[in-house]
Amino acid sequence: MSAIRVLAPGFQSTVQDLGRFGYAQFGVSASGAADALALRAGNLLVGNAENAAGIEMTLVGGAFEFEGATVAALTGSDLDAGLPLWTPLEIRAGQTVRCGATRSGARGYLCVRGGIGVPKTMGSASVHLLTGLGGRALRAGDVLPIGADAIRRPRMPQPAPREKAPQSTRHSLLRVTAGPQEEWFAGEIYAAAYGLSEESDRMGLRLRGPAIPSPAGRMITEGVPLGAIQVPPDGQPIILFVEHQTTGGYPKPANVISADFWRLGQLRPRDEVRFERVEIEQALDLLREQERWLYDLV
Amino acid sequence: MIIRPSSDSSLLVYFGDRISPEVHRQVLRLVRRLEGARAVRNVHPAFASVLVEFDPRLTRAEEVEDLIRGKLDPDSGEDASARLVEIPVRYGGEFGPDLEDVARHAGITAGRVVELHTSVEYEVYFLGFATFFVYLGGLPAEIATPRLSAPRRQVPAGSVGIAGNQAGIYPIASPGGWRIVGRTDARLFDSQADPPPLLRMGDRVRFVPVAEDGA
Repeated sequence: MSAIRVLAPGFQSTVQDLGRFGYAQFGVSASGAADALALRAGNLLVGNAENAAGIEMTLVGGAFEFEGATVAALTGSDLDAGLPLWTPLEIRAGQTVRCGATRSGARGYLCVRGGIGVPKTMGSASVHLLTGLGGRALRAGDVLPIGADAIRRPRMPQPAPREKAPQSTRHSLLRVTAGPQEEWFAGEIYAAAYGLSEESDRMGLRLRGPAIPSPAGRMITEGVPLGAIQVPPDGQPIILFVEHQTTGGYPKPANVISADFWRLGQLRPRDEVRFERVEIEQALDLLREQERWLYDLV
Repeated sequence: MIIRPSSDSSLLVYFGDRISPEVHRQVLRLVRRLEGARAVRNVHPAFASVLVEFDPRLTRAEEVEDLIRGKLDPDSGEDASARLVEIPVRYGGEFGPDLEDVARHAGITAGRVVELHTSVEYEVYFLGFATFFVYLGGLPAEIATPRLSAPRRQVPAGSVGIAGNQAGIYPIASPGGWRIVGRTDARLFDSQADPPPLLRMGDRVRFVPVAEDGA
């Protein structure tokens, strides 16, 4: 069986698929790729099932040596690998794909034909960094087996659809729908820009900006989904991210829409975000549009 | 009962605005009956509500709401009966660094705290917040104690704690602000098992004291 050797792991690289679903009732959030759209695109380009595991790299990418010839794809953040993004890449036996520091966005994905064939924990290959479920971050010397998730021919290599690829910038507009406690707030989160704090991780994206007054209402802990914006007593909002807690007791004025989840995965420390309120119907239209873009890749 | 959107791909079902065994029963029933439902990705139970996450590419909120309302019918199917699980606990000392503080707060001896803590059957209200964290209802009122003013950086796996009138167990080491009275060696989850956690919603739990010498 062919394999990939990790020569250098980069800043923080993990194996991720689309996540571990069905375990929230035991307090286990889905985890999975921080930019699931980029992972799905990479898998479609190399002819994999969308849920195949790939390598997620954060801010600084790693170096990976391919034992055998195969097809791979780089999607998401531009990690300065000197290879085209968003297109299938013919890889020679013994070739090394060497990434550097980000030139845009926060997370890049290396998808390989067949997927990364690590054992699954609770139905998923995704690493949950905070608990160690599913494994740990990659280290130099790790050898990753290639899996059996190829389900169709790879897409024929062609010029990268650069103008169509998702673009991340240092100033993001995040579309949101109403959160369950929207009426406790007076629209404060729409009034200013917020900066992404260095303390952010895969559990939560911590924002810094004008403090939002703590609402008077008292709430009982309730279930919280991906992208929920919660306002703790210090008034600095936190966006719940892929390794989020499953329940929480802070009020939530808004929730990021599904079509903008990929943007969360591309936010870098000190990036600026603004929020725009949309209705659910509009959020679903944007999601349909995004799905059409994705399937235009194959 | 109120159903409202939490996001473009989830609904919150509220059974009330207080914590009670009756409300918990309704939460438990809905969670059990949603097992395996079409297009439902995740179900998050809490004290008085259930968050239902669905795949918005496969279904619409209106359909999920109909599905939920159909599951609420008290006559639609049998509900599984509760199990009783005994959890051995080493109290005090390095295993329960806050036992003396709980005793001081209650104005009783540490021994009496242990007697009270082991005197009742608790019910698993839900697992949530952090991975496999167990929320228990039924703590004797005499030993209810507020959380620590500043959370600990690291609470060891197996720690048994008190926060207000709730009891809880930390299955994995994590930061936390609960008052820790003891620690269990019970294997609280096995990621290879299905389902992975030892304790599940609706289970009855009794803490059993283990002597220092292991007797």
